[in-house]
Amino acid sequence: MSTERGRIQISGFDTDGIEDQDSLDAWSESEADELESRWRKIVSSIVRDRLALGGFAVVAVMSLAALLSQPISVGGFTIQPFSIVPYDPTQTGVGARYAAPSLSHPMGTDRLGRDLFSRVVTGGRYSISIGLIVTALAATFGVIYGSISGYFGGRVDEVLMRILDVVFAFPGLVLALILVALFGGGFWPLVGAFALVGWATYARIIRGEILKVKQNEYVMAAKALGARDRSVIFRHVIPNAIAPVIVQATLSIGTVVIGVAALGFLGLGFDPGTPEWGTILDAESDTLATGAGGTWDWWATVFPGLMIFLFVMSMNIIGDAVNDALDAQVDDIGGGG
Amino acid sequence: MSLQKFILKRILASVPVLFGVSVVTFALMHITPGDIVDQLVAANPNVPSHEAARLRREFGLDQPVWVQYLDWMQGVLTGDFGEVYSSSRDVSAVVLARLPETIALGLFGWVFAILIAIPGGIYAAVNKDQLGDTVSRFVALSGISIPNFWLGLMLMAVFAVQLDWFPTLDPQTSLLSPSMLWWLILPGVTIGTAAAANMMRIMRTSMAEELNKEYVTAARAKGLPERTVILKHVLRNSLISVTTVAAFLTASIVAGSVVVETVFGWPGLGRELIDAVHLREINLILAITLFTGFFIVLANLLADIVYALLDPRIRDEY
Repeated sequence: MSTERGRIQISGFDTDGIEDQDSLDAWSESEADELESRWRKIVSSIVRDRLALGGFAVVAVMSLAALLSQPISVGGFTIQPFSIVPYDPTQTGVGARYAAPSLSHPMGTDRLGRDLFSRVVTGGRYSISIGLIVTALAATFGVIYGSISGYFGGRVDEVLMRILDVVFAFPGLVLALILVALFGGGFWPLVGAFALVGWATYARIIRGEILKVKQNEYVMAAKALGARDRSVIFRHVIPNAIAPVIVQATLSIGTVVIGVAALGFLGLGFDPGTPEWGTILDAESDTLATGAGGTWDWWATVFPGLMIFLFVMSMNIIGDAVNDALDAQVDDIGGGG
Repeated sequence: MSLQKFILKRILASVPVLFGVSVVTFALMHITPGDIVDQLVAANPNVPSHEAARLRREFGLDQPVWVQYLDWMQGVLTGDFGEVYSSSRDVSAVVLARLPETIALGLFGWVFAILIAIPGGIYAAVNKDQLGDTVSRFVALSGISIPNFWLGLMLMAVFAVQLDWFPTLDPQTSLLSPSMLWWLILPGVTIGTAAAANMMRIMRTSMAEELNKEYVTAARAKGLPERTVILKHVLRNSLISVTTVAAFLTASIVAGSVVVETVFGWPGLGRELIDAVHLREINLILAITLFTGFFIVLANLLADIVYALLDPRIRDEY
């Protein structure tokens, strides 16, 4: 039990320390209210932020369009029957080769006469869904790992943090690239590679937060009342330390999207011809070499990259807004308390 | 704690990390299905099984894993990473030949990032919440959101191909000649953009925070010109927070080199790694991975030491 600040002494149930505090029922109610109003505040502050709303709209439209672009079937069952893009993204020869953007092909066509608009809209599927799944997996594992490390401290913390240092010694993209190179590409291998690379950041963030939260009286009170470690961690420590993790998760979706596209661009991850943003760019990058003053079929490289940029930018704007909202809340608590 | 003691402790703490890096790298080689002999047999099915067993013995693959690890480490420590299968060259010779190219590119990226980020961050913090700040925040946000491979392609298409201001071919001169700058500018800017944007955001935040502190009010009150307050007092303190992310930014530049070198055909380690991956040159992949890990650990160590030099309080926290 840490008593370095000398605020409460819990040695053999010191009653003075407990009488100083409110009754437990009142405490948990007011805490619950505060938690709820905190979320309401965050949401309302994001809604007030026009730029963040715009970012959210872009993310929503792009994700929805990618989802509805082509039917999805799992094991023979069609679970998503819509097909909103004008052409099949893998169908060749729906237009001339390298046709410039026009009404029938809003983003032009590629070297095999495939419709770029259909390809680019469908292309969001890969990066966006991998970004979401990876973030969920990495955040869950990272939060558990970092919580254990921060909560127990001492030897456990020392060992777990050294392991983390090893993961941090490899730049994320390089490690993901090696994993994909060794174990092969495809949707789930990419998810696995980026999750293996991504969890460490969450672990480090939550550990730092928990070291701070652990100092609070309510954690000591819960422990003194005989609550088990698991319930102290999940009910009291994590909910109060989670804010920076949420910010990191929002920002990391964009990072993973760029990472997946980067591997696609490097010719790893997906089969050539897959309508994935990075893979499209890889296939069309030779359109640049036309020589000075020559015609440049710019649409083939501009639009796929622009889509990645637009999505990641919107995601980062949302992340910034969430960060501001959470910071403001922290300031409020400081002022009120 | 004295500075010497801090540095010594910090170096000692890096040793288990370096060991971990070597174990992870070695493990990656060994969890992949099939060893080198399996690959040889797959390439040439006529190899009899006793010949395969003899080869395994020759390569030491019949030994327990930890013996294999020690053998491998012994090679690594003496600079022997094996050879490149396709060209029979020493892996270490290839790595050493490519390394200066990547270092030159990374340094250029760093210099570019610092030149953009420090003045940009100061400007944004001084004009906080005004139009200039909003614009520079938007630019910085774009900088961290733009995929570097696409930025590279677009820069190349516009400035090298269409306008013909920069060469498109692989570098034709030696690395140290001044005309090399023409080859360096586009990839250097591409690799430095994300670091510049990140650093600018950190610079703005930390500077804005410093500007609210009491010593600034005191300095202003005693009549120092605003310029002196900002450049002599506030800037020095905000630079400390930039050093804390220096190692992180170095890692992002190293990761960027893989992509950017491929876009621009830059003959460095990053492109070598991609080529090695496509040719399945395991020895080369491992050497570059291990080298990258060691380099990042070293960068972290240096960043911490610089941090402790600038801010003596940190020495006791370790």
